Amino acid sequence: MISKDLIIIGGGPSGLCAAKTALESGLSVLIIERNPNIGGQLVKQTHKFFGSKEQYAKTRGFDIAKKLISDLEGFSNLEILAETSVVGLYRDRVVTVLHQDKYLRYQAKSIIVATGASEKFLAFENNDLPGIYGAGAIQTLMNNFGVLPGSDVVMIGSGNIGLIVSYQLIQAGVNVKAILEAAPKIGGYKVHASKVARLGVPILTSTTVKKAFGDTELKAIEIVSLDEKWQQIPDTSRKMEIDTLCISVGLSPMHQLLSMIGAKTKYVSELGGFVPVIDENHQTTVQSVFVCGDAVGIEEASSAMMEGYLTGIYISIHLNTAHPKADDLIKYYKEQLNMLRNGPFGIKTKIGLNKLKEGMQDA
Amino acid sequence: MLNTNGVPTLNQVLSRFPDKKALIHPKAILECYEDIPCNPCETSCPFNAIIIGENINTQPKLDVSLCTGCGICVTSCPGLAIIVAQLVGDKAVFKIPYELLPLPKKGDIWHGVNRNGDVICDAKIESILANKKQDHTALITVSVPSLWIHEFVTIREKNE
Amino acid sequence: MRINEHPILEFPKKQKIFFMFEGQRLFGYEGDTIASALHALGVKTLSYSIKENRPRGFYCAIGNCASCNMIVNGIPNVKTCITFLKENMTVERQNNKGVIK
Repeated sequence: MISKDLIIIGGGPSGLCAAKTALESGLSVLIIERNPNIGGQLVKQTHKFFGSKEQYAKTRGFDIAKKLISDLEGFSNLEILAETSVVGLYRDRVVTVLHQDKYLRYQAKSIIVATGASEKFLAFENNDLPGIYGAGAIQTLMNNFGVLPGSDVVMIGSGNIGLIVSYQLIQAGVNVKAILEAAPKIGGYKVHASKVARLGVPILTSTTVKKAFGDTELKAIEIVSLDEKWQQIPDTSRKMEIDTLCISVGLSPMHQLLSMIGAKTKYVSELGGFVPVIDENHQTTVQSVFVCGDAVGIEEASSAMMEGYLTGIYISIHLNTAHPKADDLIKYYKEQLNMLRNGPFGIKTKIGLNKLKEGMQDA
Repeated sequence: MLNTNGVPTLNQVLSRFPDKKALIHPKAILECYEDIPCNPCETSCPFNAIIIGENINTQPKLDVSLCTGCGICVTSCPGLAIIVAQLVGDKAVFKIPYELLPLPKKGDIWHGVNRNGDVICDAKIESILANKKQDHTALITVSVPSLWIHEFVTIREKNE
Repeated sequence: MRINEHPILEFPKKQKIFFMFEGQRLFGYEGDTIASALHALGVKTLSYSIKENRPRGFYCAIGNCASCNMIVNGIPNVKTCITFLKENMTVERQNNKGVIK
């Protein structure tokens, strides 16, 4: 059994930032990452990020990942295990993993679950046909592996991911025939929508997919208009011939590991679904087990990073080796989070976080 | 409509344009119509001509008197929401961000496209700037007939 | 189909990796996962559903949905979207819950 002060499950932006502040506090840290590459979803983001300088605004996502990883160089107390899946989590903070066919056991003083989110799915006839992919999957294929997903795409969902991936598809030379949005309004930033509108991509609101066609692979879809009650309007169906359907209908926090230790969760739709109940230090209802990033509420990478830095500091205090600049940094990162959540897009998150706080009081 | 198809109204666009007299010199047109947490345009401007302030959700405002039309903000904006516009005789000259392949060549005639994605005119490629600092966002200087000053926004390759 | 030129990213030519798929000798490149290599070759159907035998491809491509499970070197239920392609791998479509041979 190998001992660590802190085990971070998930090597994405939140986990990497938590590692930095934890390491700066002198803690021994192990980062466990299921994928072969560290950096989470940042690695495939080719667009320039928003936010302020602190969140690396104007820097492309994959460059931010490189920066966060290089920030961890030089810490001798850091171990990173990639291509490694956590198979068991225990209340006494034992973590068991499968690392390239080897079964390893660790004892941690504290744990952070920073496992991010998974893509939601959409129910419609023949939605299991090959050629129907999550938007993130298409990004991974194109930007990580340089493989084209297909030649004619329809994107479902006009949130930021749907709009950004549509643009990235065009950059890769793929024809985006339309973006469908079931709601009456576009969900993501309007600048992203404008970017694709000027490239000739129609954005069809109050429209959704009804059925997919194809025997071994996707060949066409039937789309239909929706009324204000989200019901299909009869006689508005039309067919579109495409070989790739990209589904971007939201993310779900992926905290399921915490069910292994009975951490309390609460359903908060504003945060993306079931989320672990946490206190103001990001600790779950299980002693010394913390959560940060998308796993505790769907937001942007910028917030995930700030939450990560904070959680690393909270743990340093929790383990009685407080970060040398704890008070200043906590104040600073909290201000950054407030600022990121201060616009109209942050309203939903703030409502969700308040609901979550009430959850801790019920726990 | 911006909220339903990503296309701003003419009034929204006009609200970001200085009057034609000011456009004798190139000026940045900041088409950021929504409060989102973002400020690289402000921090990149070497002339402090873009103002956002402490709350970075605030939409940027241009101090027309300080703007030189250098175009640094054009390639800094993560949303590609900024262009530089100028009226030169019977032409409107723009500096636009461009992140697609192939890049045009100087002297090429490409399609001039409006915010709706429709082809509206011919666009002459005057120059292409792509340095490391721009991080893969090319700055392309384009000229179109001046009547399209409020319509033109980007270019599209002609398919022969 | 692979991307050759991209406005932001570079895809340098890498070492070829040969593998067996359904009796055919195919190749991918260093850095590919099994699923990305197959997709580049136009293979979108990775397995068949257990009850109805419906064709399945990948969906999430980061190891969450298990839609990409295939039999690799005789071992079933391998998440091919997060498993690197290695020389001489034998990859087969799966249409059951996974049988260890």
